[in-house]
Amino acid sequence: MTSPLATPRLTAPVRRLATTLEANGQELVVFAVIVVLFAVVAMINPRFLSDTNLTTIFSGNAYVAVAAIGMTLVIISGNIDVSVGSLIGVLATISGTLAVNGYPIIICWLAPLVVGIAINAFVGVLVAYVRIPSIVVTLGMLSVLKGGLISATAGAWINDLPPDFMLAQFRLFGIPSPIYFMVALTILAALWMRHSGFGRTIYAIGGNPDAARVAGIRIERSIVGVFMIHGFFAGIAAVLFATQLQVIQSTVPPNLELTVITASVVGGVSILGGTGTVIGSTLAAILFAAIGSALIFTNVSAYWLRAVQGLLILATVLADMARRRRLR
Amino acid sequence: MTLRSFLRHETILLILLVIALIILAQQSDKFFTTDNLLNQGRLMAEVGLLALPMTFVIVTGGIDLSVGSIFGLSAILLGVFWHGLGIPLPVAMVLAVLVGGVAGLGNGLIMTRFNVPPLIATLATLALYRGLAEGISQARSVRGYPEWFFVLGQGEVLGLPTQLWFLFGLAIAAAAVLGLTTFGRTTYAIGANEVAARFSGLNVARTKLIIYATSGLIAGLAAVIFVSRVSTTRSDMGTGLELDVITAVVLGGTSIFGGKGTIIGTILGLVLMQVMKSGLALAGVKGDGTIVVIGVVLIAAILLGNLLSRNGDG
Repeated sequence: MTSPLATPRLTAPVRRLATTLEANGQELVVFAVIVVLFAVVAMINPRFLSDTNLTTIFSGNAYVAVAAIGMTLVIISGNIDVSVGSLIGVLATISGTLAVNGYPIIICWLAPLVVGIAINAFVGVLVAYVRIPSIVVTLGMLSVLKGGLISATAGAWINDLPPDFMLAQFRLFGIPSPIYFMVALTILAALWMRHSGFGRTIYAIGGNPDAARVAGIRIERSIVGVFMIHGFFAGIAAVLFATQLQVIQSTVPPNLELTVITASVVGGVSILGGTGTVIGSTLAAILFAAIGSALIFTNVSAYWLRAVQGLLILATVLADMARRRRLR
Repeated sequence: MTLRSFLRHETILLILLVIALIILAQQSDKFFTTDNLLNQGRLMAEVGLLALPMTFVIVTGGIDLSVGSIFGLSAILLGVFWHGLGIPLPVAMVLAVLVGGVAGLGNGLIMTRFNVPPLIATLATLALYRGLAEGISQARSVRGYPEWFFVLGQGEVLGLPTQLWFLFGLAIAAAAVLGLTTFGRTTYAIGANEVAARFSGLNVARTKLIIYATSGLIAGLAAVIFVSRVSTTRSDMGTGLELDVITAVVLGGTSIFGGKGTIIGTILGLVLMQVMKSGLALAGVKGDGTIVVIGVVLIAAILLGNLLSRNGDG
């Protein structure tokens, strides 16, 4: 997968290509897999490339990609969040409930962002200042949010949402709005991670917390910041999720946290922190949506979806570990 | 010093437990009946069984998020082996338990051979094993087990629910192994400082392999008992079970950072959790409400543990 970088006889363009591959290996691999998958499935069943199906794949799963951006930052900083699925469920329910009760649409859209940031600020404080490992805090949050949501709403459907509320159903030049959100947020986040001070800080903390501390980075404050940004993206994801159908089921979307984490990890975020990009995680979210759709179009039972997901995480993680070992 | 601090945590738990029991007994006269107590014991047996190897796992500084999925996979395969492949039920039961062991061994190999952190390795296998269970079962359930099979989960031996004998026996065995053997000392050493343990000539990889394989094996056993208790197999069995198990262990005073913890503490944590669940149920809180409480208790227990140990350090 990686090219022999050190060979001196390589000509300049080849060497440049090799460097690009080395730097963006995972993203390119995921992109190549998407292309191959689309080609193969389209040959088996041409309807795979129909407008409706492409819209389902890209627009219907854009919220996963948006949530994966925040998750990517969290994992790069050396933490994890297993509660994001429950959080999105709670935020979507809040958004829908406000809309049904006649609050101004803008408040219905902004409330999930604010609540998401607030909840994750709390999580961040527990992780950074109280020093409870993020897996334990978010495992606890998962059950608090999930249990709280189900006992508050009994999983009821939220109907009669006002038409203006349906952000995810708006189209511009025929393209549904979630795709704009996904693309724009990915590009902005990628640029911000690469060029802003705080972006570099996140990489530094994940790469080596001790070195980051010695370099004068306020780790605790930055970790809380990372979780708050993650809450912001979860809020946007929740609004996209809440507004894409005519009804909202006020439960936690099944397996969502795992899908989001898979997208980040498969997209090239190192599980040990310190490396990865949001472009990779968005590509992986698309790949995963395409796999789910491909299973249906090739008549494979969708019940295998999660096994495929698990295998993908495992394969990527093992490849990551093997690459690290080779580099050492 | 360490012995004293262990005793202190367990004494606190015991006092909390007594208080909880007194409150419950006063609130409802149905709580302190033999029937209810035995029934509560039956309900906590599966989580209790899983909490024993989980104590070892967390003492080494690791975590096993996949136990719920292994539990589901073993349960499904029990049904598939017996109903689908026509294997005699006793053999199918053994095979289902062994599948759990193999799944656990898989976890251990991923961690020791590829240096994958336990959190990520078992997060991946959480998806993989649950996915296999869903894929193999295609959401079909298996019912119609013979009468004798229900002895395991619904029957009694000498007046006690059958599964409680398993729990008692294995708890004593686990306490002995962790507290009295070289293997137990190795487990603590790995959790306290893995690198130091390796340089001291301890076989870290083998110890971890045994612990994670046992965790899977016990998950398989708990699954068979669970199927016997509820008389059916479904692929979503044991979803979220890891939360209960980890909470019981952490509540029992095992440090999430490794190196500290006892089986007695875990058992106390387990009983306290079951008492809280049952108390909430009697107070009219539904099942979903109780998982909120478990989540809060999990975080609070670690918070408290952090504060106490920090005081000790200072």
